Amino acid sequence: MANFHTDALANSGNGTAHAKQEGAKSANTRGVAKIKAESVNVFYGENQAIKNVSVDIDERQVTAFIGPSGCGKSTFLRCINRMNDVIESCRIEGRILIDDNDIYAKGVDPVILRSHIGMVFQKPNPFPKSIYENVAYGPKIHGRTRNKSELDSVVEQSLRRAGLWDEVKDRLAQPGTGLSGGQQQRLCIARAIAVDPEVILMDEPCSALDPIATARVEELIDELRQNFTIVIVTHSMQQAARVSQKTAFFHLGHLVEEGPTDRIFTNPEDKRTQDYITGRFG
Amino acid sequence: MTDTTRPPASGWADEANRSNIGLKRRHARSRRLQGFGIGAIALAILMLGTLLWTMVSTGYSAFVQTHLSVEVTLSPEEIDAQSPGDANYRDIMQRAWLSSFDNVTEENEGDLLSMLSRGAELQLRNLVIDDPSLIGQTIQMEVPAADDLDQVEKGFVSRATPEEYRIVNDRQIEIFYELKQDGRVSTPFNTALFTEADSRFPELAGLKGALIGSFFALLVCFVLSFPIGIAAAIYLEEFAPKNRWTDLIEVNINNLAAVPSIVFGLLGLAVFIGFLGFPRSIPLVGGMVLALMTLPTIIISTRAALKAVPPSVREAALGVGASKLQTVLHHVLPLALPGIMTGTIIGMAQALGETAPLLLIGMNAFITAAPDSMMSPSTALPTQIYIWADSPERGFTARTSAAIMVLLGFMIIMNGIAIYLRKRLETRW
Ligand SMILES: Nc1ncnc2c1ncn2[C@@H]1O[C@H](COP(=O)(O)OP(=O)(O)OP(=O)(O)O)[C@@H](O)[C@H]1O
Ligand SMILES: [Mg+2]
Repeated sequence: MANFHTDALANSGNGTAHAKQEGAKSANTRGVAKIKAESVNVFYGENQAIKNVSVDIDERQVTAFIGPSGCGKSTFLRCINRMNDVIESCRIEGRILIDDNDIYAKGVDPVILRSHIGMVFQKPNPFPKSIYENVAYGPKIHGRTRNKSELDSVVEQSLRRAGLWDEVKDRLAQPGTGLSGGQQQRLCIARAIAVDPEVILMDEPCSALDPIATARVEELIDELRQNFTIVIVTHSMQQAARVSQKTAFFHLGHLVEEGPTDRIFTNPEDKRTQDYITGRFG
Repeated sequence: MTDTTRPPASGWADEANRSNIGLKRRHARSRRLQGFGIGAIALAILMLGTLLWTMVSTGYSAFVQTHLSVEVTLSPEEIDAQSPGDANYRDIMQRAWLSSFDNVTEENEGDLLSMLSRGAELQLRNLVIDDPSLIGQTIQMEVPAADDLDQVEKGFVSRATPEEYRIVNDRQIEIFYELKQDGRVSTPFNTALFTEADSRFPELAGLKGALIGSFFALLVCFVLSFPIGIAAAIYLEEFAPKNRWTDLIEVNINNLAAVPSIVFGLLGLAVFIGFLGFPRSIPLVGGMVLALMTLPTIIISTRAALKAVPPSVREAALGVGASKLQTVLHHVLPLALPGIMTGTIIGMAQALGETAPLLLIGMNAFITAAPDSMMSPSTALPTQIYIWADSPERGFTARTSAAIMVLLGFMIIMNGIAIYLRKRLETRW
């Protein structure tokens, strides 16, 4: 299993490969929890944004977080790769286990953790560098490749998997910020998968995209599901229904309901969930 | 037209048609504000124009210098080719000068001699030392005229002024005009202004020492304040926890930027010269004092530049597992660089023009040799201006303005570089 402790850095490559093998075995068995959150509370100063949330996120599945604006979806998502650490006022209680290792335990290096848990942000945010550099940056700083040709192939593979290769292969040296919004978002996805993470967190990845680009990204998410565990925050019920296998509904910091996407959308247990997905509030 | 074709009464067009007093007042107000703005800018331009005009009109004459031509015979008896430096050049020059007049008497000898600058003999000496093969020849030289004659030539002193109010007497002016008729007076570009250090004689005084002194001081200032300032800013902005201590530091840095520069001069005097025992008047100490002064400027502008980098860039880098330092060095700093450069160059331009702290550490001394290192005493451009402005000789008036023009020129160049860099670096993506 992957290990995020600093001293395990040398083994982390092996750990990943190991996790992959095991994953392949259980690819068809549903409900192997990759991420387990146990009674997570998150505070911004005095203000509590996440209230006692416990949830399991399955391996090689797409889990959608839905809920009205400000209910804490992003906050919870950012807990999973410890991005909230950089927010000074933010305090987290409870445990989040990935492969049964507590990522908030002492000695866990968030930098190493984040190289295993990729993230795609709501607004496309490519580095103001070349397309090539954007994708190569992660593998480079983690020393994942030994030479230029290996790096080249990682870049190509990642761009191919993100469905961007054909559009950019002739202009890898041009700035990533010069791409269209949808291309930029796929570039960010390529950047995230270039470090070969186990989990990809996506915070409203399609909110800035047109329907065609959105469809492209959704297709991509479906493909990536073969290899990665994906968590996606979305405001679009249709999108959640289309891409996810599991859905979790958040409301005012509470996890109201979670379960298989089909069931949540056809037969929600909680009144609030029903109101939300039928568009009565939110 | 009938009522049915008209838009409803509540439409915007209707409201605009109604003479709306409030609306009129609002428009008048914004027009008034615009008027004030234009007035303020016009006033500023007027003042700037006046400043530049007075500067240029008093200073332009310092860029030329009146020269007199004289024929000098360099006899081998008087100048030993083995040691050409030892000859009595004053005597040679004076005799050469007097020999060009037919009616030299006891009483007009003094008048004639004081028409030449002391620089004439130095010029001759340098010429011979540089090229000893001249010994034995008769050469034609253009030597600087004394400042008083220079002023006559430039029209600042005229025969109309009563004789007792001027240093040059009527006879000298007479002779000068005769020389002029003979074509022995010329006014070439005043190269001494840039190739010589300070001097008691305006016609010999130049800015070389001040330019080199300012260069050394700025170099020290940059080498100290740039890395320290950026490191401090990065730490405060990116790494320091936000607590009472860092708040206190922030407030203090902002205050330091507003501290009068003379206070930094006092600090430099007490610490660098008094406590650490550095010599006075040296560019090294000048640079250190200027660095103290420039540090807050650089820290503040660097922090502003770092703050302006969108947080999404940091998130992106952290998201792929970059450490904080990697995030800053690889992504944030390159984006902040144009702002940092601009701030730094503006800080440097400020330091270039700073006078008060340099006065306190003695960089306003009278030094006639350009410094050859950071440890040799020198002046700086602004202190040189201060010294010249304080000198009674008429020739220094124009030279003061000329020096100010040179200083302004350097500032314009530096600010130009700042703008250029900003444009260059910003359009990279
Ligand atoms: N950096 C922060 N500092 C303080 N409070 C924050 C911060 N980020 C979020 N919050 C608060 O936490 C709560 C949850 O915010 P969060 O961004 O997680 O909502 P969200 O569900 O992602 O909303 P949206 O759908 O609009 O993105 C909100 O009340 C918000 O005000
Ligand atoms: Mg959000």
